[in-house]
Amino acid sequence: MGATGHDVILKLEDVSKVYSGTVAVKRANFEVRKGAVNVLVGENGAGKSTLMKIIAGVEQPTAGRILLEGKEVSFSSSGDAMNRGIGMVFQELNLFGNMSVAENIFATREITNRFRKIDRKAQERRAAEFLERLEAGIRPDMLVEDLRIGQQQLVEIAKAVSLDARILIMDEPTSALSAAEVEILFKVIADLKARGVAIVYISHRLEELIRIGDYITVLRDGRITGQEEMKNVDTQWIVRQMIGSDAKDFAKADGHVPGEEIFRAEEICLPRATGGLAVDHVSLSLRAGEILGIYGLMGAGRSELFDCIMGRHGQATGEIFIAGRQVRERDTTRRIRRGLALIPEDRQREGLVSILSVASNLTLASLSRFARLFHISGADERQAVTGMVRELAIKVADPAQEVSSLSGGNQQKVVIGKALLTGPKVLLMDEPSRGIDVGAKADVFRTMRRLSRDGLGILFATSDLDEVMALSDRIAVMSNGKLTGMFDRAEATEAAIVAASALGHGPVPHTENNAHD
Amino acid sequence: MTDIPAKPAVSSASSGSVLLTLMKARTFIALIAVLVFFSIAAPNFLSTANLILMAKHVALNAFLAMGMTFVIITGGIDLSVGSIVGLCGMVAGYLVLNGIDLQIGYTLYFNVFEIALITLAVGILIGAVNGLLITRLNVAPFIATLGVLYVSRGLALLSSDGRTFPNLVGKPELGTTGFGYLGAGRLLGLPVSIWILIVVALGAAYLAKYTPLGRHIFAVGGNERAARISGVRVNMVKMFVYMFSGFCAAIVGLIISSELMASHPATGESFELNAIAAAVLGGTSMSGGRGTIGGTIVGAFVIGILSDGLVMMGVSSFWQMVIKGLVIIVAVVVDQAQRRLQQRVTLMQMAKAG
Repeated sequence: MGATGHDVILKLEDVSKVYSGTVAVKRANFEVRKGAVNVLVGENGAGKSTLMKIIAGVEQPTAGRILLEGKEVSFSSSGDAMNRGIGMVFQELNLFGNMSVAENIFATREITNRFRKIDRKAQERRAAEFLERLEAGIRPDMLVEDLRIGQQQLVEIAKAVSLDARILIMDEPTSALSAAEVEILFKVIADLKARGVAIVYISHRLEELIRIGDYITVLRDGRITGQEEMKNVDTQWIVRQMIGSDAKDFAKADGHVPGEEIFRAEEICLPRATGGLAVDHVSLSLRAGEILGIYGLMGAGRSELFDCIMGRHGQATGEIFIAGRQVRERDTTRRIRRGLALIPEDRQREGLVSILSVASNLTLASLSRFARLFHISGADERQAVTGMVRELAIKVADPAQEVSSLSGGNQQKVVIGKALLTGPKVLLMDEPSRGIDVGAKADVFRTMRRLSRDGLGILFATSDLDEVMALSDRIAVMSNGKLTGMFDRAEATEAAIVAASALGHGPVPHTENNAHD
Repeated sequence: MTDIPAKPAVSSASSGSVLLTLMKARTFIALIAVLVFFSIAAPNFLSTANLILMAKHVALNAFLAMGMTFVIITGGIDLSVGSIVGLCGMVAGYLVLNGIDLQIGYTLYFNVFEIALITLAVGILIGAVNGLLITRLNVAPFIATLGVLYVSRGLALLSSDGRTFPNLVGKPELGTTGFGYLGAGRLLGLPVSIWILIVVALGAAYLAKYTPLGRHIFAVGGNERAARISGVRVNMVKMFVYMFSGFCAAIVGLIISSELMASHPATGESFELNAIAAAVLGGTSMSGGRGTIGGTIVGAFVIGILSDGLVMMGVSSFWQMVIKGLVIIVAVVVDQAQRRLQQRVTLMQMAKAG
């Protein structure tokens, strides 16, 4: 590494961490510099989160040394690390949904008066200061469970900032944030940097890293494969270090022509608990072999639309048709049987039964296919499982392993495999690439292409503009529950899509409708 | 379930592995330990007559514990089973003695087989009430089944004004004789109740392992939301487990009143706690998603043999309670230790391999 103006505050020497199922980190040497953004990238399962948990005291290294300002230290708990000035924003939100925002920010550090009684007013006042810096419009007395997931992420960030840490670790802080919220976060980071805080920043979004990073460290399979100053590197270099060769971004379209209409939704509406409509008279149609991307910001109503289509909301109205025939079944079970399948956004909470095996998860939605009368045929089931493991390239030594032992990308493949085993005609994918790495993303995109070639209709929701532009045959845009735009790929421009994604909050003007039919 | 590629035997990790194997088989080891201990400490313990008597005691708790196991695997609890035992016993006794008065000058009497079917139906029905409260009205399982516990017990007492239905021999001219067969009958040298236990246990174990419904029970307990999105009919699964639990309780009610040839409305008080204890001892996780029928049966045997053996040794019933409580606590502590050790052994093997 070249000469730099930043001092090393924390150093890991030959650190290893072994888990059941994986060697997460192998002899890593990692330096964190003061007053700089130290970026860490790598595919999912590369060991980034583990490395950070070691620094934050959540996990103890199996081998190796940690040097804080030159002195060897060992953290027995996250509280221990916190006392030495190390704070962390976790990837999975560690908040108490049943408590207020202020109580969450000051959890374990409650402000008390002389009689050890919690001073709620003071807590809320202090919390308000931090929240104001994040311009999030969150009141400190709100319950965390009432917040959107993006807002929860901001609370988590406010909590970490409030620690006054010397080293602040951020594990994918932007995964649920809108573009505007990301800008605010970056301002906060710049401010912290100026005050000499060392920031460790983990993300999958390369353009983000290049923008705010000062130093970059790349991990692959638990090993550090590259360490550089950010100004010396470009995207190609990062990707090469991450996956060992230059990556193809998105699977290419193969030019097959979509067939007949396979799915149509008419006038889907879903009332919001707080009044108004979460999904506002949405109608769209999808052809066999077509990929229809639904672009929208957080809270645009994409996930809610999918939930309505799957029959997860009793109070939803509207009609849906599969291959021209109306679907009158109102429950998820029978809609799956009619050929609909959903890959939910939140893998852990809605996609997987984490204590069951990979095999049981894969066949969970399609058990009736392997059952004769009421007996599950072990041979048929095994065959289907090994077939799907091979087809989707799921990296697992033994399908009897618990699914929680897999990396995020492989878990996502299990969720996709589960949906595919039901033999769907229409696949709904909600943020299918969220929180998975470049390699697994490419796999998922290739799978989408292949499925559409085989005649499946695919609806996929995303807030990633590049993704929606690269993968979709047509692009629908949602905003505030309304469908505000529909573009053929040939005619879509990023500017038009972004413009449409902000339309929902005013009266809907007449948009150029390039839809088929 | 799946072919595991043969791993080279790791000799240094083997001490951990041996310990792990021992811990995994802990309930079984506990069973052997109590058997060995009592066969030395209590005279006549190993006599055939005593073993069969104990098996009959254990069977009662084992039925309830099997129903409880499925309920707990889905993440619920069923506190009402003891009361269902009492109420079902009363139903059977009432039908044997009084039949059903049709209010038109005729009284309808049933034969013993029909009485058994009606009683089982009552048990399933009460289970269905539990299930409806939980799935349709969103009452927490603990509360719903606690309420049903009181209601059923109250109904049992009301049915006879708190008295016992005595002497259920029936009348030959009405075709109501033979009620004692369930409790006292033998088939190939084994009591009928043991045969029923074997049949129900095999059925339940098969259900858990080889049917979609069984898999769905585990999925609901592991992650209800994910199960729902995967198309599992969560409400139907829950209905089933509570109805099955009610069915098991009805069997116990029948067997007890048949053994005694009398129905007492207080029968089955605190049976639910013994059932939960057997399930937990057998490795069922109270947080849902984990458990086996085999483990539960062994658990029921440990608890049953322990209390019968202590009685034979003349230990006071107060001490019996203390010992039973300690055994349950130790079982759960060992369960936790096993999970930690299992992780460590895997780590050691991986560190060796990689």
